Amino acid sequence: MEMAELEQKVCKILADNLSVPEDQVTPSARFQEDLDADSLDLVEAVLALEEEFGVTIPEEEMEGVRTVGQAIQLVAAKLGVAA
Amino acid sequence: MNRVVVTGFGPVTPVGVGIDAFWEALTAGRSGIDRIQRFDPSGLPVQIAGEVHGFAPEDWMTPKEVKRTDRAVHFAIGAAKLAWTDAGEPSVDRARTGVMFSTGIGGLDSLLKQHLVLLEKGPDRVSPFMVPMLMPNAAAGHVAMAFGFTGPNACITTACAAGSHAVGEAFRLIKYGLADVCIAGGTEASILPLTVAGFAQMQALTRNPDPAKASRPFDKNRDGFVLSEGAGAVVLEEAGRALSRGARIYAEVCGYGASADAHHITAPEPEGLGAIQALQAALEEAGESPDGVEYINAHGTSTQLNDAAETRAIKKTLGDHAYRTAVSSTKSMTGHMLGAAGAVEAGVAALAVHTGLMPPTINYETPDEECDLDYVPNQARQGEVRLALSNAFGFGGHNAVVALRRFED
Repeated sequence: MEMAELEQKVCKILADNLSVPEDQVTPSARFQEDLDADSLDLVEAVLALEEEFGVTIPEEEMEGVRTVGQAIQLVAAKLGVAA
Repeated sequence: MNRVVVTGFGPVTPVGVGIDAFWEALTAGRSGIDRIQRFDPSGLPVQIAGEVHGFAPEDWMTPKEVKRTDRAVHFAIGAAKLAWTDAGEPSVDRARTGVMFSTGIGGLDSLLKQHLVLLEKGPDRVSPFMVPMLMPNAAAGHVAMAFGFTGPNACITTACAAGSHAVGEAFRLIKYGLADVCIAGGTEASILPLTVAGFAQMQALTRNPDPAKASRPFDKNRDGFVLSEGAGAVVLEEAGRALSRGARIYAEVCGYGASADAHHITAPEPEGLGAIQALQAALEEAGESPDGVEYINAHGTSTQLNDAAETRAIKKTLGDHAYRTAVSSTKSMTGHMLGAAGAVEAGVAALAVHTGLMPPTINYETPDEECDLDYVPNQARQGEVRLALSNAFGFGGHNAVVALRRFED
């Protein structure tokens, strides 16, 4: 999978999961401030990402994740997709 | 001691959503029961229910709220907002405005879906929203959030009496000065294969396959209730503030009686002793004598046991006047909305006081010697309704009676 495709997929999943318009879900968007996602929303969103990509994202790895871009990087690293 | 009035009502029911559709159907004697459509009921012992149609949660909540809440909360928010609009959206002191929102069962659908996830995919896939979606008090919390009301807030879960307890306890909050305004309601969304199976195993559900004929309270050939879903909410206000803002007042809540059978976890005490105690307490608080009662919206579930015991309780409480009192069960049309029923039916009693129109008991065909009162058979009736009672009795032996009368300043 190319990075661009991965990015698109992650954004789509997050938009669906957080019930926000897709055009708001950009790499620079911050979960809490821009997408109105609280801690439970994030747990649910991670579950959806894990399900879609068949990866495991432990809680401690999510701790520093504040933006959509960081989430994309996390998934990319798990899948070995290069930027 | 404050007087308390009903100024708004929001029904979300199998016979209609919103007061106009609801009241039109109920006074026309139209059933809301049909074959179950939300899932394929083939193979279940009972395949009919009272489902709510024509209700879109997106009309009342954001897409994200819809996704993060159970259907029971969707109904509750819809009913509360309908009631608030009906009351004219009064301006209130948020800290003095309470919410009492009951349910019998809570978010069982959400619980079952996540249990399936646990079994099929493991604990790491269980949604973090499972707990806030399944908890019975979710509706009370979400209604408070929807309006920003920070006054007293609770959920009473007393099965089929829950909605009446919500109305009664909210009445007391205002009467004793603990709140100025309350939204009181009940909600239920538990038509699921598991609940159909469970209630059927109790022999509580009718086996009559004809949907519109199945719920037949007080009829000799009744054989159980019809499982239904929905919600109802009323806006209760301290009478003085309602008057000063020129609110339309449906009725005064003047009494509330609550008791326990202390007899059996599901069967009513056969002589109706617990119900009598609640009926008498409601009348006593209202300062009314039994022969002032003109209309009773009965619990009337259409089970053999309830309808006979309730009839005995009414006769014992009202004496000979029982035979001059109109008693109807609107569950003949709505089916049994469990924890929502009492709130919807308190609204019905308030409308009966307001309009003088008493909805019928439909499907009343064959009299039963044990049930020999005037059940307003099959046709609505226009009359004088100064004082009305709304009965609710729940598994667990809970009894709750709300008394409503025409408001006279």
